[in-house]
Amino acid sequence: MNASVVLDNLDADAACADSRFAVPTMRCAGCISKIERGLVDMPGVIAARVNFSTKQVAVTHTPELTEDKLKAAIGSLGFDAQILAENPLSEDRGDTKRLLRALAVAGFGMMNIMLLSVSVWSGAMGVTKDLFHWLSALIAIPVIAYSGRPFFASAAMALRYMRTNMDVPISVGIILATGLSLFETANSGPHAYFDGVVMLIFFLLAGRVLDGMMRDRAREGISALLKQTASGAMIVQSDGTSRWTKAGEIEVGMVMQVAAGENLAADGIIIEGRSGFDFSLLTGESEPQLRGEGDEVLAGTMNLSTPVQVRVTAAGQDTSISDIARLMDEAGQHRSFHVRVADRAARYYAPAVHCLALLAFVGWILAGAGWHQALLIAVAVLIITCPCALGLAVPAAQVVASGALMRKGVLIKDGSALERLAEADRVVFDKTGTLTMGQAVPDNLDSLSAEQKSVVLALAQSSRHPLSKALTKALRLQNITPVKITAMSEIPGEGISGDWSGQPVSLSRAEQVSETLTTQLTMGDATQIITLTDGLRPNAHSAIVMLDQLGLPASILSGDNVQAVATISQKLGILAQANARPEDKVAAIDRLRAQGHKVLMVGDGMNDGPALAAAYVSIAPGSASDVGQQAADAVFTSDSLTPVALAVKVARRTMQIVRQNFGLAIGYNILAVPLALAGLVTPLIAAIAMSTSSLIVVGNALRLYRAAK
Amino acid sequence: MSGLAILIPVALLMGLGGLGFFFWAMRNNQFEDLDGAAQRVLIDEEESVTDDP
Repeated sequence: MNASVVLDNLDADAACADSRFAVPTMRCAGCISKIERGLVDMPGVIAARVNFSTKQVAVTHTPELTEDKLKAAIGSLGFDAQILAENPLSEDRGDTKRLLRALAVAGFGMMNIMLLSVSVWSGAMGVTKDLFHWLSALIAIPVIAYSGRPFFASAAMALRYMRTNMDVPISVGIILATGLSLFETANSGPHAYFDGVVMLIFFLLAGRVLDGMMRDRAREGISALLKQTASGAMIVQSDGTSRWTKAGEIEVGMVMQVAAGENLAADGIIIEGRSGFDFSLLTGESEPQLRGEGDEVLAGTMNLSTPVQVRVTAAGQDTSISDIARLMDEAGQHRSFHVRVADRAARYYAPAVHCLALLAFVGWILAGAGWHQALLIAVAVLIITCPCALGLAVPAAQVVASGALMRKGVLIKDGSALERLAEADRVVFDKTGTLTMGQAVPDNLDSLSAEQKSVVLALAQSSRHPLSKALTKALRLQNITPVKITAMSEIPGEGISGDWSGQPVSLSRAEQVSETLTTQLTMGDATQIITLTDGLRPNAHSAIVMLDQLGLPASILSGDNVQAVATISQKLGILAQANARPEDKVAAIDRLRAQGHKVLMVGDGMNDGPALAAAYVSIAPGSASDVGQQAADAVFTSDSLTPVALAVKVARRTMQIVRQNFGLAIGYNILAVPLALAGLVTPLIAAIAMSTSSLIVVGNALRLYRAAK
Repeated sequence: MSGLAILIPVALLMGLGGLGFFFWAMRNNQFEDLDGAAQRVLIDEEESVTDDP
C-alpha cells in the first residue's frame, strides 16, 4: 500500500522518536506522496504518515534526527512546515470518541428493540408479547446503563451544585420510564417504553456527538495554524559547545545562543552581539527594536538579523510571557458564567415538565384511577415532553452554521462562542496584524528598473528583517530573478550590503526621516528610496461598515505609538486608543463591560491575549500568535477582514434558527401533551412523535447550510 | 415460535457484530483521515516505472 513506507531496516529495538508537523499548504494526492516519499528517503527516518484532513505529518525517526532538520527537509520538498508540540487544545478529544461509542451502542439497542416493538405494536399477544418485552428489557438495561452515563453524570454534577440543566429532566425521565417499564414487563402489562427510552438516548447523544465533532474539527484546524516555535534554545556549555535544551529546563544564569530568525525561549540580557528584535507579537509595536550588549530582551520576541548570546535572567514561569498568561487566566474566569442557551431553556422547561407530570399523576388519582394507571400516564407525559427535539435544536443548528463558516475560512471553537457572538454589541480591534496585515507592503516598486529589482531581491532575500521579507515576497510575486551578490554582510539596525559585479550595493536605513517605513537602495552612487506601508487588510473598511450596520460600533485598542494608530484610525474613521499595555487593554474591555456592553475583541498578538480572554467573545486572525489563537473563540484564516462581519451575521442567523427550533419543539409538545395527559399515548405514538419532531428540527437546521454566502 | 428462537439470536448477533466492528474501526483510527483516504486512491504505487524500460 502507499501507506507508511518503511525503508530502513533499522534495529527493531532501537528507540524511536515521534514528531508531528503541520503542513498547511498540502492540497492534493501529489503532495501526500511527495512528502511521504521524500521523508522516508532521508536517512534516519523510519516512517512518515500524512494526515490530510488535519494537514499534519507524523514522522517516526531515530533520536539523532532533530525536529529542526526534519522541518528543513519538508521545507526542501517545497512545503512550509511547523513543528507541533503536544497539542494544547487536544485534551478533550477523547470526549467525542466516548460519546460516539455511546451513540453506537444506543443505535444498536434502538434497532433491536424497535424490531421487537414493531411486532408488539402489530398485535403480538400473551406469551410472545411478554417474551419480547423481556428481551427488550435485556437489551435496554445494559444499553441505558452504558449510553445514559453522559446524562446521568452531568445531571448528578448539576444537582450537587443545586443547579438544574437539560440533563436533569432527561435523567429523571429515563430512570422513571425504565423502572416503570420493568415493572410492567414483570406484571405482563400492555405497554413497555424501552423503545422510547433508548430512542430518546440515541437522539440526544446524536446532538452531543455533533456538538463535540464541531469542536474537534475547529480545534484541529486551529492547532494546525499554531506555530509552537521557541520550545527551547541552544545553551552554551562550560566547555564552549552548545546543546539544545527544552524551554522548561532552562535556568537563570545559563547562556543562550540565539540564531537569526529564532524566537527567544526566556528573558535575558545580551552579553554578546547586536541585533534587531521583533517585539510586535509582544507589544503590538510594528517597528523592530535594535538591542545590543547589556540590553534586556524578552521571551517570545524574534531575533531578526545576527546571532547573539543572551544570559538568562528569567525562565519558565517567571518570563514576561508567563505574566501575560497569568493575566489571561484571571481575565478569562468570568467566561464560565455564560449559560448556554439550551441550559437557559432547561431552567424553565424542567420545572414545568416535572410539575405537569406530577399534576397528571395527582389529577388521575383524584379522578379515581388507580395509582398504577396514574403513574403510567405520568411517565407517558415525561417521555413525550422529554426534550428530544430540544436536545437537537441547538447543536444541529450550530454544527451546520459552523460548517458553513468553516468553508468561508472561519473556525469557531464551540457552540457557546456562536451564542456569544450573536449577542455582541461592540467591537474592539487591535491594530498591528489585525486591522493591518502585520507585514509591510512596498508602495513604489514600479518606479524601480528591472535591474534594480533584481538587486533588491538578491539583498532582501538573505535578510530576516521584516522589511526585507516584505520586499522579497512582493518581488517574488513579480517573478523577478535575483542577481548574484558577493561579500554580503548585514549590520543590525543599519542594513545589508554586498558587492555586485564590482560595484557596492546596499539596502539600508534611509538617511532622511519620514513618516512611513522606508529603506534606501544604493547602487554605486545612485540611491533610490523604497517606501513601505503596513497596509490595511483588504475590505477592512467595508467590514467595519458592515459591523456598524449590524449594530456593532468599532474602536481601536493598540499597543503601537500614537502616530501609527492615528493614521489607521483616520483612514477608517473610528476612535482609537494607543500605547495600551496588555493590562490597559483588559481595563478598557472591563470598562465597556461595566457599561453593559458585550464586547467582541478582534486581536492577534500575545499582548492581546488577556483582552481576548476578557472580552465577551473574541476572534483572532490565522496569522496571530499562538497565545492569541488559543485565547480567541474563533479564528479566521483569510487576509480579508470580511469574515469577522460574516461570523457575526451567521451567528445571529443561527440563533434565529435555534429559536425557531425551540418553537417547533415546544409546538410539538403543545400538541402531544394533551394526548399524554388524557392517557392516550402508547409507546407507538411516543416513538412516532419523537422521531418526527427530531427530523423536523434537523431539517430546519440544515437551512443554515448556505447561511455564510 | 421455533423460528424466533433462531432468528432473534441471529439478529442480535449480527447487530453485536456490527457494533464490534465499529468499535474496532474506531480503535484503529479508521476515521482519522477521511479526506486523505479519498486522495490516496490517486497516488501511483510506482512512479518511476517509465524511467527504466
